[in-house]
Amino acid sequence: MTEMVRVNGRNRGDIRLYALSTCGWCAKTKELLNSLGVEYSYVFVDLLAQKELEDALREVEKFNPAGSFPTLVINGSRVIVGFREAEIREALQ
Amino acid sequence: MSGDEIPGERIEEKVSLLRKDAESGGYFLNPDAGFVRQLARGLCINEKRYGYPSCPCRLAVGRREEDRDIICPCDYRDADLGEFGACYCALYVSPSVAQGKSPPVPVPERRPPRSERVSMTTRTGKMIDVPLPVWRCRVCGYLCARDTPPLVCPICKASKDRFERFM
Repeated sequence: MTEMVRVNGRNRGDIRLYALSTCGWCAKTKELLNSLGVEYSYVFVDLLAQKELEDALREVEKFNPAGSFPTLVINGSRVIVGFREAEIREALQ
Repeated sequence: MSGDEIPGERIEEKVSLLRKDAESGGYFLNPDAGFVRQLARGLCINEKRYGYPSCPCRLAVGRREEDRDIICPCDYRDADLGEFGACYCALYVSPSVAQGKSPPVPVPERRPPRSERVSMTTRTGKMIDVPLPVWRCRVCGYLCARDTPPLVCPICKASKDRFERFM
Protein backbone atom coordinates (compact mmCIF):
# COMPACT_ATOMS: atom_id res chain seq x y z
CA MET A 1 0.00 0.00 0.00
CA THR A 2 1.25 3.42 -0.92
CA GLU A 3 2.42 5.53 1.99
CA MET A 4 0.10 8.48 2.47
CA VAL A 5 -0.08 11.71 4.44
CA ARG A 6 -2.79 11.58 7.11
CA VAL A 7 -5.06 14.55 7.75
CA ASN A 8 -6.91 14.44 11.06
CA GLY A 9 -10.63 15.01 11.40
CA ARG A 10 -13.96 13.31 11.98
CA ASN A 11 -13.80 9.59 11.31
CA ARG A 12 -16.04 8.79 8.35
CA GLY A 13 -14.27 5.57 7.44
CA ASP A 14 -11.07 4.91 5.53
CA ILE A 15 -10.76 7.72 2.98
CA ARG A 16 -7.84 7.64 0.56
CA LEU A 17 -7.18 10.32 -2.04
CA TYR A 18 -4.81 9.70 -4.95
CA ALA A 19 -3.95 13.09 -6.43
CA LEU A 20 -1.46 15.03 -8.55
CA SER A 21 0.31 18.06 -7.09
CA THR A 22 -0.19 20.01 -10.34
CA CYS A 23 -3.89 19.32 -10.89
CA GLY A 24 -6.63 21.89 -10.26
CA TRP A 25 -9.42 19.36 -9.68
CA CYS A 26 -7.24 17.40 -7.25
CA ALA A 27 -6.66 20.60 -5.27
CA LYS A 28 -10.41 21.28 -5.20
CA THR A 29 -11.10 17.74 -3.98
CA LYS A 30 -8.54 18.10 -1.21
CA GLU A 31 -10.02 21.47 -0.19
CA LEU A 32 -13.48 19.89 -0.08
CA LEU A 33 -12.26 17.10 2.22
CA ASN A 34 -10.64 19.72 4.44
CA SER A 35 -13.80 21.79 4.60
CA LEU A 36 -15.86 18.70 5.43
CA GLY A 37 -13.47 18.11 8.32
CA VAL A 38 -13.14 14.38 7.74
CA GLU A 39 -10.08 12.27 8.47
CA TYR A 40 -8.38 11.16 5.28
CA SER A 41 -5.06 10.21 3.74
CA TYR A 42 -3.65 11.54 0.49
CA VAL A 43 -0.69 11.13 -1.79
CA PHE A 44 0.60 13.24 -4.66
CA VAL A 45 1.50 10.44 -7.06
CA ASP A 46 3.53 12.70 -9.39
CA LEU A 47 5.97 13.46 -6.56
CA LEU A 48 6.84 9.82 -5.83
CA ALA A 49 10.06 8.14 -6.90
CA GLN A 50 9.82 5.83 -9.92
CA LYS A 51 9.20 2.55 -8.09
CA GLU A 52 6.67 4.00 -5.62
CA LEU A 53 4.99 5.90 -8.44
CA GLU A 54 4.48 2.72 -10.44
CA ASP A 55 3.06 0.90 -7.39
CA ALA A 56 0.71 3.80 -6.62
CA LEU A 57 -0.50 3.97 -10.22
CA ARG A 58 -1.26 0.22 -10.15
CA GLU A 59 -3.24 0.78 -6.97
CA VAL A 60 -5.23 3.57 -8.64
CA GLU A 61 -5.86 1.42 -11.73
CA LYS A 62 -7.30 -1.31 -9.52
CA PHE A 63 -10.07 1.08 -8.46
CA ASN A 64 -10.19 3.22 -11.59
CA PRO A 65 -8.92 1.48 -14.75
CA ALA A 66 -8.37 4.84 -16.51
CA GLY A 67 -5.63 5.59 -13.96
CA SER A 68 -6.86 9.18 -13.72
CA PHE A 69 -6.81 11.74 -10.91
CA PRO A 70 -8.25 12.58 -8.47
CA THR A 71 -9.33 9.10 -7.43
CA LEU A 72 -11.03 8.94 -4.06
CA VAL A 73 -11.41 5.52 -2.44
CA ILE A 74 -13.79 5.14 0.50
CA ASN A 75 -13.48 2.02 2.70
CA GLY A 76 -11.67 0.23 -0.10
CA SER A 77 -14.89 -0.17 -2.06
CA ARG A 78 -16.62 3.06 -3.11
CA VAL A 79 -14.64 4.94 -5.75
CA ILE A 80 -15.27 8.53 -6.86
CA VAL A 81 -13.27 9.67 -9.88
CA GLY A 82 -12.93 13.39 -10.50
CA PHE A 83 -14.16 16.37 -8.51
CA ARG A 84 -17.78 15.27 -8.16
CA GLU A 85 -18.69 17.57 -5.33
CA ALA A 86 -22.28 16.44 -4.69
CA GLU A 87 -21.28 12.78 -4.76
CA ILE A 88 -18.36 13.32 -2.37
CA ARG A 89 -20.52 15.32 0.04
CA GLU A 90 -23.24 12.68 -0.03
CA ALA A 91 -20.72 9.86 0.57
CA LEU A 92 -19.02 11.58 3.50
CA GLN A 93 -21.77 13.48 5.28
CA MET B 1 10.78 15.09 -6.66
CA SER B 2 11.65 18.50 -5.28
CA GLY B 3 12.56 21.87 -6.74
CA ASP B 4 9.03 22.44 -7.95
CA GLU B 5 8.88 26.07 -6.86
CA ILE B 6 8.09 28.37 -9.75
CA PRO B 7 8.61 32.13 -9.32
CA GLY B 8 5.39 34.16 -9.35
CA GLU B 9 6.42 36.24 -12.36
CA ARG B 10 7.08 33.08 -14.40
CA ILE B 11 3.54 31.91 -13.67
CA GLU B 12 2.08 35.31 -14.63
CA GLU B 13 4.06 35.17 -17.90
CA LYS B 14 2.63 31.73 -18.61
CA VAL B 15 -0.91 32.94 -17.90
CA SER B 16 -0.52 35.88 -20.34
CA LEU B 17 0.89 33.57 -22.98
CA LEU B 18 -1.97 31.08 -22.54
CA ARG B 19 -4.49 33.94 -22.75
CA LYS B 20 -2.88 35.42 -25.85
CA ASP B 21 -2.73 32.04 -27.63
CA ALA B 22 -6.32 31.23 -26.64
CA GLU B 23 -7.63 34.55 -27.92
CA SER B 24 -5.77 34.38 -31.22
CA GLY B 25 -6.97 30.80 -31.78
CA GLY B 26 -10.62 31.42 -30.91
CA TYR B 27 -10.43 29.58 -27.58
CA PHE B 28 -11.47 30.73 -24.10
CA LEU B 29 -9.78 30.23 -20.75
CA ASN B 30 -11.63 29.37 -17.54
CA PRO B 31 -13.15 32.56 -16.06
CA ASP B 32 -11.75 31.60 -12.61
CA ALA B 33 -8.40 33.44 -12.69
CA GLY B 34 -7.10 31.64 -9.59
CA PHE B 35 -7.83 28.26 -11.16
CA VAL B 36 -6.08 29.27 -14.40
CA ARG B 37 -3.07 30.44 -12.40
CA GLN B 38 -2.92 27.10 -10.58
CA LEU B 39 -2.96 25.19 -13.89
CA ALA B 40 -0.36 27.56 -15.38
CA ARG B 41 1.84 26.76 -12.39
CA GLY B 42 1.30 23.04 -13.06
CA LEU B 43 2.29 23.50 -16.70
CA CYS B 44 5.47 25.37 -15.66
CA ILE B 45 6.34 22.59 -13.20
CA ASN B 46 5.84 19.90 -15.85
CA GLU B 47 7.87 21.89 -18.36
CA LYS B 48 10.70 22.01 -15.84
CA ARG B 49 10.28 18.37 -14.78
CA TYR B 50 9.84 16.69 -18.17
CA GLY B 51 11.01 19.27 -20.70
CA TYR B 52 7.53 19.81 -22.14
CA PRO B 53 4.28 21.22 -20.72
CA SER B 54 2.31 18.02 -20.25
CA CYS B 55 -1.23 18.17 -18.88
CA PRO B 56 -1.20 19.17 -15.19
CA CYS B 57 -4.20 16.93 -14.53
CA ARG B 58 -2.67 13.76 -15.95
CA LEU B 59 0.30 11.68 -14.87
CA ALA B 60 3.15 11.94 -17.38
CA VAL B 61 5.77 9.21 -17.70
CA GLY B 62 8.50 11.62 -18.73
CA ARG B 63 9.16 10.18 -22.20
CA ARG B 64 7.94 12.53 -24.92
CA GLU B 65 6.86 9.74 -27.32
CA GLU B 66 4.55 8.35 -24.66
CA ASP B 67 3.30 11.69 -23.34
CA ARG B 68 2.92 13.38 -26.73
CA ASP B 69 -0.88 13.20 -26.75
CA ILE B 70 -1.13 14.98 -23.38
CA ILE B 71 1.22 17.88 -24.10
CA CYS B 72 -0.97 20.95 -23.58
CA PRO B 73 -3.04 21.67 -25.64
CA CYS B 74 -3.70 17.94 -25.67
CA ASP B 75 -5.10 15.79 -28.48
CA TYR B 76 -8.41 15.59 -26.60
CA ARG B 77 -9.12 19.28 -25.98
CA ASP B 78 -11.40 19.99 -28.92
CA ALA B 79 -13.49 16.83 -28.47
CA ASP B 80 -13.98 17.56 -24.75
CA LEU B 81 -14.79 21.23 -25.40
CA GLY B 82 -17.43 20.12 -27.88
CA GLU B 83 -18.97 17.45 -25.68
CA PHE B 84 -18.53 18.84 -22.15
CA GLY B 85 -17.83 22.55 -22.58
CA ALA B 86 -14.38 22.25 -21.04
CA CYS B 87 -11.10 20.46 -21.63
CA TYR B 88 -10.10 17.73 -19.16
CA CYS B 89 -8.44 20.28 -16.83
CA ALA B 90 -11.03 23.01 -17.51
CA LEU B 91 -8.20 25.35 -18.52
CA TYR B 92 -9.98 25.79 -21.86
CA VAL B 93 -13.74 26.22 -21.72
CA SER B 94 -16.65 26.87 -24.07
CA PRO B 95 -17.89 30.47 -24.64
CA SER B 96 -20.89 29.75 -22.41
CA VAL B 97 -18.67 28.63 -19.49
CA ALA B 98 -16.27 31.53 -20.14
CA GLN B 99 -19.15 33.98 -19.81
CA GLY B 100 -20.19 32.41 -16.52
CA LYS B 101 -23.51 31.17 -17.90
CA SER B 102 -22.78 27.59 -16.88
CA PRO B 103 -20.18 26.10 -14.51
CA PRO B 104 -17.57 23.66 -15.87
CA VAL B 105 -18.55 20.04 -15.25
CA PRO B 106 -16.16 17.16 -14.50
CA VAL B 107 -14.88 15.71 -17.77
CA PRO B 108 -14.37 11.93 -17.87
CA GLU B 109 -10.95 10.77 -19.09
CA ARG B 110 -11.06 10.32 -22.87
CA ARG B 111 -7.42 9.22 -23.15
CA PRO B 112 -7.24 5.43 -23.46
CA PRO B 113 -5.91 3.56 -20.39
CA ARG B 114 -2.22 2.61 -20.37
CA SER B 115 -2.85 -0.92 -21.62
CA GLU B 116 -4.50 0.37 -24.80
CA ARG B 117 -2.17 3.25 -25.54
CA VAL B 118 0.53 1.50 -27.59
CA SER B 119 -1.48 1.43 -30.78
CA MET B 120 -1.96 5.20 -30.73
CA THR B 121 1.47 6.07 -32.06
CA THR B 122 1.02 4.30 -35.34
CA ARG B 123 -2.20 4.60 -37.23
CA THR B 124 -3.00 1.33 -38.89
CA GLY B 125 -5.43 0.62 -41.70
CA LYS B 126 -5.26 0.83 -45.42
CA MET B 127 -3.73 3.94 -46.94
CA ILE B 128 -5.37 5.36 -50.03
CA ASP B 129 -3.02 5.92 -52.92
CA VAL B 130 -2.55 9.69 -53.20
CA PRO B 131 0.17 11.71 -54.99
CA LEU B 132 1.48 13.03 -51.65
CA PRO B 133 1.01 11.82 -48.09
CA VAL B 134 -1.58 13.78 -46.10
CA TRP B 135 -0.64 14.74 -42.52
CA ARG B 136 -3.10 15.57 -39.78
CA CYS B 137 -2.38 17.74 -36.73
CA ARG B 138 -3.74 15.75 -33.78
CA VAL B 139 -4.27 18.94 -31.80
CA CYS B 140 -6.39 21.01 -34.18
CA GLY B 141 -7.15 18.74 -37.14
CA TYR B 142 -5.25 20.78 -39.75
CA LEU B 143 -4.49 18.71 -42.88
CA CYS B 144 -1.71 19.21 -45.39
CA ALA B 145 -0.43 17.20 -48.34
CA ARG B 146 3.37 17.19 -48.47
CA ASP B 147 6.28 14.79 -48.09
CA THR B 148 6.73 15.47 -44.37
CA PRO B 149 4.65 17.32 -41.76
CA PRO B 150 5.56 21.00 -41.15
CA LEU B 151 7.97 21.77 -38.28
CA VAL B 152 5.18 23.68 -36.57
CA CYS B 153 1.44 23.54 -37.27
CA PRO B 154 0.59 26.83 -39.04
CA ILE B 155 -2.83 26.87 -37.33
CA CYS B 156 -2.25 25.92 -33.69
CA LYS B 157 1.58 25.97 -33.47
CA ALA B 158 1.80 22.35 -32.31
CA SER B 159 5.19 20.79 -33.06
CA LYS B 160 5.95 18.35 -35.90
CA ASP B 161 5.68 15.26 -33.72
CA ARG B 162 2.00 16.00 -33.02
CA PHE B 163 1.17 15.14 -36.68
CA GLU B 164 -0.04 11.73 -37.85
CA ARG B 165 -0.27 10.27 -41.32
CA PHE B 166 -3.89 10.67 -42.38
CA MET B 167 -3.86 9.47 -46.01
